[in-house]
Order: sequence, then C-alpha cells, then structure tokens
Amino acid sequence: MEGARHLPGGVMRINIGPSHPATHGILQNIIDLDGETVLKAVPVIGFVHRTFEKMAESYTYNQFLNCTDRMNYVSAPMNNIAWTNAVEEMMGLTIPPRAQVVRTIINELSRITDHIICNGVLGVDVGAYTGLFYLYHYRELITNIQEKMTGARLTTTFTRVGGLEMDIYDGFADDVKEIIRSFPKILKDFEGLFIHNRIFIDRTKGVGAIDTATALSYGYTGPNLRATGYDYDVRKAYPYLVYDQVDFDIPVGVDGSAYDRFLVRNEEMHQSLRIIEQLIDNIPDGPFQLDDYHITLPPKMDVYTKMEELIYHFKIIMDGVIVPEGEFYSAAEVANGEIGFHIVSDGGKSPYRVHVRRPCFWYYQSFPELVEGGMLSDLIAVMSSLNVIAGELDG
Amino acid sequence: MRGLNSVLNIELKNHLVKMFPVRGFTVEENRGILVIQADASDLVNLMNFLKTDPLCDFNVLIDLTAVDYLHKRTQDKRFDVVYMLWSTATMQRIRVKVTVAEGLEVPTVSGIWKGANWPEREVFDLFGIVFSGHPVMERIVMPENFRGHPLRKDFPLEGRGEEYLIESIMIHPPDSGSGSK
Repeated sequence: MEGARHLPGGVMRINIGPSHPATHGILQNIIDLDGETVLKAVPVIGFVHRTFEKMAESYTYNQFLNCTDRMNYVSAPMNNIAWTNAVEEMMGLTIPPRAQVVRTIINELSRITDHIICNGVLGVDVGAYTGLFYLYHYRELITNIQEKMTGARLTTTFTRVGGLEMDIYDGFADDVKEIIRSFPKILKDFEGLFIHNRIFIDRTKGVGAIDTATALSYGYTGPNLRATGYDYDVRKAYPYLVYDQVDFDIPVGVDGSAYDRFLVRNEEMHQSLRIIEQLIDNIPDGPFQLDDYHITLPPKMDVYTKMEELIYHFKIIMDGVIVPEGEFYSAAEVANGEIGFHIVSDGGKSPYRVHVRRPCFWYYQSFPELVEGGMLSDLIAVMSSLNVIAGELDG
Repeated sequence: MRGLNSVLNIELKNHLVKMFPVRGFTVEENRGILVIQADASDLVNLMNFLKTDPLCDFNVLIDLTAVDYLHKRTQDKRFDVVYMLWSTATMQRIRVKVTVAEGLEVPTVSGIWKGANWPEREVFDLFGIVFSGHPVMERIVMPENFRGHPLRKDFPLEGRGEEYLIESIMIHPPDSGSGSK
C-alpha cells in the first residue's frame, strides 16, 4: 500500500480517557505503545476530585453522609454505613439490634449491586455484552428497594448516627426474599456464560496477575487482595454490625489475575445472599434508632406538639452530634476493600479533620506494574477487573 | 479501633521504648491503638524496624495522611503526618505520627512500601508537605497550575475565584500561532 510506507515507526502515545468507555468514569491513562505492546502507562487522576475532606470540616457528622454517597456511587449505602459506624464507634455507642441487622442486610445487597456492575462490565469490556443484562435486572430490584427505603435510588444517605433515617417499609422482607429466591439461578447462568468460556478465559486468565506480597505492599484490600490468595476481610478480621453472628466464607483466588478477581467477586455475591438469607427472617423488633435525643432526631409528631422535643430537634439540626475530642480510625469492608475513616475531633459540631482511606486510590497506583509489557487489549480487562470507581479514587 | 489485642499492645510498647531510646520518641495507647510519636529524622529507621522486627511485624502500610493543627499548636509543630500500619500476622494495627513545621520535609517511605507513593503525593498536594526522596513529588488530584494547598486550615472555603487559584488557564494563548487552521 502506498500510504502504509509513510506511517511513522517507533513509540506511539495514546490517551485512554479522561472520557473513554473503558474507564467507566473520568480518569486518564497515558499509554506509550510499541505496536500493541504497552511500554509505559501513566494514570492521571483527579478529574472528579471534590475535596470532600475539606467540606467535612464545615459539615456536621450527619451532613458528611451526603459526601460519602458520592464516593463509591455504585454502592452508596455501604459508605453511609461505614461512616456512621465509624462515628458511633468513636462515640462508644451501640445501636439497637434492629438497626444493626437492617444495616447488615442493606450492606450485603449493596455489595451485590457493586459486584454486578464490576463483573457485568468486565464482560462488556472483553466483548460479551449479554452477561451484564442477565444481572442488571437484579441491580434494578435492589435499587428499587433502596428507593422505597430512602426515596433515592443512587445517593441514598441511608443511615444516621445512632441508627437509620427511618424504619424499614412494609414488605421489605418480601422484596428481599424475592431476590434471594430468583437471583442464584440467574447468577449461575451468568457464571455459565463466562467461567468456562474459552474466549473469556483467554482474555482474562493470567492477565494483570499480582502476587500477595506485592499486593500488600501497594495496600491492596478487598476482592483484589483476596484474588491473590490472601483471605483478609474486615468483616471477619475486625467484625462489626452482626457479621460475627452469621456464617459466611471468604473466597480467595490463586494468582490475582483478572479471571481470579472475577471469580472472587462472583462467589462473594453468593456469600452475600447467604448472609441475607440468615438475617431476613430474624429482623428483631424494636426501635430503629437510639432513644437518645442528643444523638437522634425525635419523632416528628412530638416535635410539633411538645416543647422538649422541639428543643432537641433544633439542637441536633443546628449543633449536630457532639463527638468526644480525640483521634480515631475505623475500618469497614466495602465492595472494593477496606474503607477507613480517620477522624480527628476537637469536640465541636464538625470534625476537625476527616481522612478517608479510599481502597481504589491505593490499589490503582499499581496499574502501571500490572499492564506494562502486556497488550493494549489486556489493559482494558485489567482496568475493568480492578473496579476503579472514579468518585472513590479522587475523593 | 475495635478488635485489637491490648495485651500485645503492652508488650509492643515495652519493646519499642527499649529499642528506641531517642529524644522525641514516645509510645502511648489511645482508644485501643498504640500511637508512636517520632522525629522525622528517625522515621525511615523506625519504619524499617517496625516492618522487619519479628515481634512488631507491621508489614503493611494501610493508611497515610496528615492533619493541620494551625492555631491549636505552635508554628513549629503545625502538621502531623500520620501513618497507619497493619500486621498481617497478628492483625494488630499501630499509628505512627511525625510532627513537622511548615516548610520542613519528611523522608519518604515509598522505598519501604510501594503503596506510599500516591498517598504521599496527595499529602503534598493538599497540605504542601514535601517528602524528600520521593520519586515523583508532584500534585496528584489538583491541577498542576493550582495555587495553594486546600486542606490547610488557612485555605478559605470561599473568596478566591478560579482566576486566582489556577495560574494561566490558557496553556497556548490563541495568538501564539500554535493552533491549527
């Protein structure tokens, strides 16, 4: 061909992102290519940076919940739960059993929604569109539950310090049981499409592999760490809510490749269903939040009709919850790994400083090491299987 | 933090006090977790020791951040750089704090844990604390031409527009002739 002779040789630099279908969010990767081999990858992040940590310093502890929604927006309730758990733990509160069980159920439902997106989209990115639509219906059902619970589908602001925003609705258990009943079969069908699929195995097995020691050195947690064969899970290691009262297993992989990450997430969905199954018939009766009006809002009817309750309502809205002075770190297991809230309080209505350990931010820095020397098409599979959520990455 | 072993904490405290008889080194328990206060000059030694010593065995850096104590402390103790370590053998956690004044540098620990790379850049970006020896000490989440460090307590929440905060928004002025026709 006449034109081909004039093509320049050497290294070609391309951008994947900031706005690219494979990044699933706004982040950029500058890739140096030799043919189709990746020589160098440089992630550029910060496109969704909103400085939530600065905003927290002028918000009350309950107001910061809105910011946690917008970190991992694929599974917002998990971040809400992690944040309120951290504040309650710092204050030394024990929330009522009903709130604990409901939080655990919602936590696991959200884990399923997150893993549906990650695994479904991994399929899309390597060319298998069908799988996502097998699962997406169930994400929709769970989002409907969230909508009925809180009025919001995505940014739920589901919890409050001291319990929940409101009690569960009538028919909550039936909606959840419907998912437990029908989802496992669809999930098996989904696995059937992928696990023994030759094309999928060729695209993902051994791709982006990492060993446990390197992963730990990068601060990996969550499914990506478990895929390397190390069974660390905050729910087992430092139990919270009612995770010490339910049976579940921690799935682990072997070589930490994209294929293993896929398998671990799939099995985690089964384990989440198992946890929900044990709890859904045993939601304890009782209050859904603490009966202490220094911490939780009084019932609206009492605010309208009684003096004391009106004062407490006003105090909580204006002054917020008072957290004792000091420094505290609390960890929880969200879909991507360990989310940590490092809170410094000076006894005021706003935290003096909040730092969020965002799991994405820690493991995504290993991206160049995972993809350099591989093919460009593998890079897409690696990025997808790591489950990088831009909102969580940038904070 | 919940789930930590208080008996092991006492053992570790005695061990650490014995191993580091240096000025400015203190260990105390705070809400169930051991907190080490150390000098920036001892940091790399201390971290290497915490990572490799068989009793400590804190092999993972799980969190790294900073706190600005402007108006709460004297100027020479303005910032705390906070490290959270985790031992996969004992599941114990420990917090290491280094106090620095504005303009002083902290040695990087990215040679000990690869994962310290981005968090240190983030602390530099948002607080302006420089980590000496870091491979790429550049901004990570804010634009490169951003002025100031947002998480400092003297950075206002409002008042300065992006015209002040971002220097030279136009990288190629339209009349420079570099644009295509």
